[in-house]
Amino acid sequence: MIVQPEGIFYQMLTVENIPNLVEEHLVKGRPVDKLMYVPSKGKPPIPKLSDIAFFSKQRLVVLKNRGLIDPEKIDEYIARDGYQALAKALTSMDSEQVIEQVKGSGLRGRGGAGFSTGLKWELTRKSSGNGKYIICNADEGDPGAFMDRSIIESDPHSVLEGMVIGAYAIGAAEGCIYIREEYPLATKRLHIAIDQAREYGLLGEDILGSGFSFDITVHRGAGAFVCGEETSLIGSLQGQTPEPRIRPPFPAQSGLWGKPTNINNVETWANIPTIINRGAEWFASIGTESSKGTKVFSVVGKVNNTGLVEVPMGMTMREIVFDIGGGIPGGKKFKAVQTGGPSGGCIPESLVDLPIDYERLMEVGSIMGSGGLIVMDEETCMVDVARYFLDFLRSESCGKCTTCREGIAAMHDIVADICNGKGEPENIGLLEELAEAIKDASLCALGGTAPNPVLSTLRYFRDEYDAHIKDKKCPAGVCRALISYRIDPEKCKGCMLCGKHCPEKAIGGEPKGPQTIDLEKCIKCGVCRESCKFEAVLIE
Amino acid sequence: MMAKLKPEDLSRIAEKMRRQTLLREGAGRAKVTVHMGTCGISAGARKIMTTLLGLIDQQQVQDVILTTSGCAGLCSREPMMTVEIKDKAPVKYVDLDEKKTLTIFTDHVLGGEIVTDFALGMGSERVS
Ligand SMILES: Cc1cc2nc3c(=O)[nH]c(=O)nc-3n(C[C@H](O)[C@H](O)[C@H](O)COP(=O)(O)O)c2cc1C
Repeated sequence: MIVQPEGIFYQMLTVENIPNLVEEHLVKGRPVDKLMYVPSKGKPPIPKLSDIAFFSKQRLVVLKNRGLIDPEKIDEYIARDGYQALAKALTSMDSEQVIEQVKGSGLRGRGGAGFSTGLKWELTRKSSGNGKYIICNADEGDPGAFMDRSIIESDPHSVLEGMVIGAYAIGAAEGCIYIREEYPLATKRLHIAIDQAREYGLLGEDILGSGFSFDITVHRGAGAFVCGEETSLIGSLQGQTPEPRIRPPFPAQSGLWGKPTNINNVETWANIPTIINRGAEWFASIGTESSKGTKVFSVVGKVNNTGLVEVPMGMTMREIVFDIGGGIPGGKKFKAVQTGGPSGGCIPESLVDLPIDYERLMEVGSIMGSGGLIVMDEETCMVDVARYFLDFLRSESCGKCTTCREGIAAMHDIVADICNGKGEPENIGLLEELAEAIKDASLCALGGTAPNPVLSTLRYFRDEYDAHIKDKKCPAGVCRALISYRIDPEKCKGCMLCGKHCPEKAIGGEPKGPQTIDLEKCIKCGVCRESCKFEAVLIE
Repeated sequence: MMAKLKPEDLSRIAEKMRRQTLLREGAGRAKVTVHMGTCGISAGARKIMTTLLGLIDQQQVQDVILTTSGCAGLCSREPMMTVEIKDKAPVKYVDLDEKKTLTIFTDHVLGGEIVTDFALGMGSERVS
């Protein structure tokens, strides 16, 4: 028997298997492993990478050198056409032509907001004043995100080359890379790369004999999420408290030390050499109507293949989670994907066929953000997820705006109460009201987007909030105050493994007989459930 | 102090490097790349590197190029390494430990036989 659309093949079925199969697979959507056909285990020849979905569905532009070059040797970068784009720009293009190419490519900022890179360069270029700066934002503060770290660690020269081209186009003589203190290896490789580029005259005075001069310094971040916001980052570089300020003036008009400043994300910079080498049209042929090129995502969470993936814009969530990610471990059911970091939202299973681009993600209440992608399964509680992000944001709010400082904390306390079984029906309205106020009256996008995790989970998982508030139940079995553990006497074989692992000695019973949990002593840590080989420990 | 480059020097360096790293023209018989991004290192890539260095030293192997690179993408299967024998497609190995590394070194790097049990796949990724 074959079950579509997954095409799962069941073999040697008996009449007794059918009710279980119907209930589990057809109703709950969970394929039944033990009845499935498993190809016989011979010694097959090893597959080609191009036949493995994790690799074959990716398209490498930014990560074109990953795994192929030694990032600490500039010659290996040059051997793969490194610095050819720079040579091309310096010898055969004027700065307007470079900007035209970047504009024409449709490249949008990869750091979050998705502003047109070419347009930003043009604004900074046209800004009056000398001593312009460019900045590379490598603060990467989103929990679970490691795109920028990986780009720098595996191919630091691609970022440097992009920056030199940008500096030439904009007319900047100095550049800074602002990198978080938590990235020691990336920082080390940047320093090595900069030293080698200087030795070759690819940084410094008279680059490639063109008369153009530009150099880069590296600055370590002060370790707060808000430091990634461009105006706080500039403040931090100037030795001030990293607090966002009102824009305008935008950094393009008045940025570092009051000079016109162009700030872009690591991945944005790393796209530049390929755009110059292959041309705007080539780049614009990849992606969707509004979003061109590829996007690097760090895929983490409840998914079989975690890692760094680069896909063309417009790929569906389903392809990323099931083909590249290899699906959900343990035969569990897929529930949602969180994108955009703490300012993002959760996209439910019903929208899994959504092609990913800036606009589409906005429409469904999330954002592209910098590219963190967290996969969640049926055992993830969406109220708890909202609580987690609020907790992160409440401690990362810089405190300048009252709505952000107090509002996020208030939202956190309400959601934490709901998780603890102390939620009231009127909480939802209050959360929505607070969300509006925080969005309206916060200066920067930290506050402006902070309510997103709550709003998007309310939008798609309202039933889970209701279950917590009205029934005092956590359907995913996560919120400790709302669950209890029980051992199914039918399934328990009395092996007593759970009792051995229980840190509270809360499990008792005769050997080979059914075990029981003393709920007075139980701290709901879940160790018994993890250690049980017979799936006899239930959450209720 | 290196001489400062002129645009035309880039192709010269590229050509020289291609000769050295593509295992042609006697630069080596095999190339082993250990993937050492933060993810690889935290999964134990340094131990793999040390093991390989020890093996090369101990057996006085002259014609194997040992090198490092960044993350190969599949963080959940680290530590990873790529073995490339002259004129053959590169092979990626995953979930490595010291024992597997020894087997791969003996059978594949020196013996030319792919260790199918530990290999993920062969060939290269699609680069646009
Ligand atoms: C709270 C907050 C944190 C941010 N963190 C980062 C970050 O870690 N990296 C980044 O590139 N941009 C971050 N941004 C976005 C920057 O303000 C800015 O838009 C970006 O660096 C511009 O580069 P792009 O146009 O290349 O995306 C953050 C914004 C906010 C509001």
